[in-house]
Amino acid sequence: MWFFIARRVLYAVPILLGVSFVVFLLMKMVPGDAADILIPPEAPKEVAAMIRARFGLDQPIHIQYLRWLQAMASGDFGVSIFTNQPVADELFGALANTLKLALPAAFLGCSLGMLLGVLAASYSGTWLDKLFSVVAITGVSLPHYWVGMVLVATFAVVLNVLPGQGMGPEGFPWTWEHAKHLILPVITLSLIPMGVVSRLVRANVLEIRSMEFVSALAAKGLMGRRVLFHIMKNAAPSALALMGLQLGYLLAGSILVETVFNWPGSGSLMNLAIFRRDIPVLSATILVLATIFVAINILVDVLQALIDPRLRR
Amino acid sequence: MSWQDWTGWRLAGLTTVVWLGTVAASVPAIAQGTLRIAMTATDVPTTTGVPNNGFEGVRFMGFTAFDALVNWDLSKADTTADIVPGLAESWQQDAGDRKKWTFKLRSGVSFHDGTPFNADAVIWNLDRTFKQGAPQFDPQGSAINRGRPTYLAEDGYRKVDDSTIEFTTTRPISYFPYVLTTLFYVSPTAFEKAGSWAEFAKAPVGTGPFQVQNFKPRISVDLVKNAGYWDKARVPKLDKVVLFPMPEANTRLAALRSGQVDWIEVPPPDSINGLKQAGYEVVANSYPHVWPWVLNTAKADSPFRDAKVRQAINYCVDRDGLVALLAGTAEPSVGFFKKGDPRFGSPKNDYKFDPAVAKKLLAEAGHGTGKTVRGKIMISTSGSGQMLPLPMNEFLQQSMKQCGFDISFEVVEWGTMLVAFRAEPTAPQAINSDAMNISLVSSDVSMVVRWFYGDNATPQGSNWGHWRSPEFDALLRKMEGASNQDESRKALAAMHEILVDDAPWVWIVHDRNPRAMTKQVQGFVSAQSWFQDLTRVWIK
Repeated sequence: MWFFIARRVLYAVPILLGVSFVVFLLMKMVPGDAADILIPPEAPKEVAAMIRARFGLDQPIHIQYLRWLQAMASGDFGVSIFTNQPVADELFGALANTLKLALPAAFLGCSLGMLLGVLAASYSGTWLDKLFSVVAITGVSLPHYWVGMVLVATFAVVLNVLPGQGMGPEGFPWTWEHAKHLILPVITLSLIPMGVVSRLVRANVLEIRSMEFVSALAAKGLMGRRVLFHIMKNAAPSALALMGLQLGYLLAGSILVETVFNWPGSGSLMNLAIFRRDIPVLSATILVLATIFVAINILVDVLQALIDPRLRR
Repeated sequence: MSWQDWTGWRLAGLTTVVWLGTVAASVPAIAQGTLRIAMTATDVPTTTGVPNNGFEGVRFMGFTAFDALVNWDLSKADTTADIVPGLAESWQQDAGDRKKWTFKLRSGVSFHDGTPFNADAVIWNLDRTFKQGAPQFDPQGSAINRGRPTYLAEDGYRKVDDSTIEFTTTRPISYFPYVLTTLFYVSPTAFEKAGSWAEFAKAPVGTGPFQVQNFKPRISVDLVKNAGYWDKARVPKLDKVVLFPMPEANTRLAALRSGQVDWIEVPPPDSINGLKQAGYEVVANSYPHVWPWVLNTAKADSPFRDAKVRQAINYCVDRDGLVALLAGTAEPSVGFFKKGDPRFGSPKNDYKFDPAVAKKLLAEAGHGTGKTVRGKIMISTSGSGQMLPLPMNEFLQQSMKQCGFDISFEVVEWGTMLVAFRAEPTAPQAINSDAMNISLVSSDVSMVVRWFYGDNATPQGSNWGHWRSPEFDALLRKMEGASNQDESRKALAAMHEILVDDAPWVWIVHDRNPRAMTKQVQGFVSAQSWFQDLTRVWIK
């Protein structure tokens, strides 16, 4: 098992290096750098040169990349070209804000998805199956920024019972004042995981339920809950993989949902950094998010292997 | 019980229990006299006394917390705002050497930390922007401050005594006080305590009517009343202003209508009637803003090298139709300044939508019957002051077909447009465009120089289209060297007549700076300026 984990972690290194290199390359393909956007032409050339030198923008791209990699490896995330604030402060602040949305959204989406998936499979072919399937497909198909706007219009503007934007007070979200800011964006974000998990679980449960071992278990007189346990155990690995991916997407922050709800998370930070060509912020954000994404996938791989020993081979 | 039933009801029960937290909402109590504003900015403007986020940043994080030597008079809604003494009580241009200016500083002014404002503080702040070896030199701040031309000579400022500063400019500049309106002054002592501009930004100290507190990047910032403000007529009536960056127009609208903020900048035009019907106040007023197409006169095959084509396209703008599309949040533009402004002058061309005149001019320019004039315009998807660039430009494209213009677009994001605007019009960044739709400031005469002076062609200056008129440039020199206001105004009006008639830009609309607020917001005077005075506002 330890060998399995070590191998997965080692695979992550070239993936992260690849991500960081591609990000750097893409930023260089966009016209202009941060200094071009920050500095009007009337500003003296020596000031422009000073800013370029301070952030290494005057160096060839491979030198910029290697220097940045070296700094990141030593835990130095650098400073934002626009705000002068340490990137680590901006990034981890934004990431914490995104976590406040992503974790409840993932929990809600995945739990509802499992529920709907199992119910749809249980009542396969009936009107209930069709109803749950319609709910799941609608969740996946509706553009979630549009759903967000409809929810805001309904609950914030017309009914005026929930706030339509912002995060409310700072700190850990354990009061009602915090929670009420979470409700609409969490519901919006949970729709896609709910839909995709539900469809997968339904298909898996139906497939496993038709297997001979389930009939054998029922014939042996096992109670319903014991039969379900065996079905779910067999359906779990693929559902877990999907949920891991969904959590990864949510942690990366949704630019659109964060824009609609004016939520200062990692998606909106990345969006701002792209428009400002703020390379230190953008590169660090993408690398940290990619690391989280890869870490979640490793965790899912390990969990799958724990549930299903065949995967360890 | 079958396994299906067990599954369904147990899981449904579990989910219900977890999500039962959603009970009735309660509205938080807001302290009396707190005004909450949703800005269009993407971030809280920098709080160090050099606000970024363009002139919206200066509006909310410039004149609120800081002062310049020269401030704007924002007390009137019926005339274009002009300058008034700020931290300088008076100023004088040297009659013998017109490159020298003496500024007498206001006495008895203190920074928010109680330290005195004096000539040493002025020199320290100027060194922050202009002296590269100074410990307080701020490269990013310097780039922004010097990006708006100051015309200061090398070592162009000195302390005469504790309350007097002398400036020297590179050439005589009759409008020099105007260029000082965006140089703000902060406490040197507070910076020394903070140790860096990044730390200073967390608790900045200026002299303004409000003091910055609770700076939370990308979330909000508080401006708290400075009861000891030096201008007793402008001590804020409000206890506090809270600023929220909220770039998405519909989010701002929802925040206002759900009671999360009291005031929003730039409501979506199609929401204005609904807001009025729902009892909100929608305030709009003329202000010095232009939404033009800046024409490329440098590109070899640009149709706009020919003045007749430039005039023709100005006769082919359905300005009234565009204003209707924008629900009256803009007004027609037929020049850099507005009609009725003494600086407008008496140009020969009075542009209106007249396809017959446009076709006649095109024929004279060699584009006879049946020939179309092709032009590619760089437009942005959004951006500072850009209004609604996509529908507005599509509207223009349609209306211009009637005159024989075949307009296509190069759509870019705002950052790409800024980069192109700062490069030469023939550079690859321009993507072979014949014009650029970029909204620009017309706040004062210095901006005329910035956008149109022949020597200010990009990449040294901001004259992107590289339009040059020797007659205009001669008048500009005359205006800059004028020894009295009358002489200066006459030269400026003559310059403006050339701008209208030779048409380096397509004059399209001026924005009217709409903002919506609740009926509880009282005392606001919508000044004809990019900046506004929040000290007069109070909450009923």
